[in-house]
Amino acid sequence: MKFGIVVNEGPYTHQAADTAYQFTKSVLEKGHDVYRVFFYHDGVNVGTRMTVPPQDERHIQRNWSELAEKYDLDMVVCIAAAQRRGIMDENEAKRQGLDGDNIAPGFRISGLGQLIEAGIQSDRLVTFGD
Amino acid sequence: MSILHTVNKSPFEKQSLSSCVAHASHGDAVLMIEDAVYGAVSGTAAAAQLEENKNISIYALGPDLNARGLGEAKLAEGVNVVDYNGFVELAVEHDKTQSWL
Repeated sequence: MKFGIVVNEGPYTHQAADTAYQFTKSVLEKGHDVYRVFFYHDGVNVGTRMTVPPQDERHIQRNWSELAEKYDLDMVVCIAAAQRRGIMDENEAKRQGLDGDNIAPGFRISGLGQLIEAGIQSDRLVTFGD
Repeated sequence: MSILHTVNKSPFEKQSLSSCVAHASHGDAVLMIEDAVYGAVSGTAAAAQLEENKNISIYALGPDLNARGLGEAKLAEGVNVVDYNGFVELAVEHDKTQSWL
């Protein structure tokens, strides 16, 4: 079965980014497919590689990046939500005249159409948020 | 057509669990996750509402119960405990998933 996942809340706020990660991991380990993970609203903050939590604490961004690498996940960050919050890839940073980018490995920036498409293509769309 | 409803806020903070249970139809499932698992504790007003509603199946996420020190002995009657794999199975078994955020 094909799953779409939506993450609407940032890391280290409540629990949504953690629950979404554990759920997505279980979906994949049970042999289902994940069509796309869409990070929206404050959820885009999961996608910065500049995150440096204390060493003995879970690293939410790295957990997602590693999951994406292991299972070849498509993880999309909403462009409008990302620009408001300073999440940039190389192209966007250049276009905005900024001095650097911060997108984490495994994430890509794209539009809201990707969420609509995930809703259409997935058998189940599961939302995590505040 | 059946729906899996997920609720993630404590019933002592928001009305989402109560609204969700009131809206859920026969054959639906309600899964309490994150702070919503406080609603599964026996003897509370929230648990009483869950126990009254015999048309829907009630679940609580085990890891979130454990993180809050809520063992199965403290849970209201009819609350089924599932892990993340069980959460995935519930999503598969029902036609749609509705998150009450």
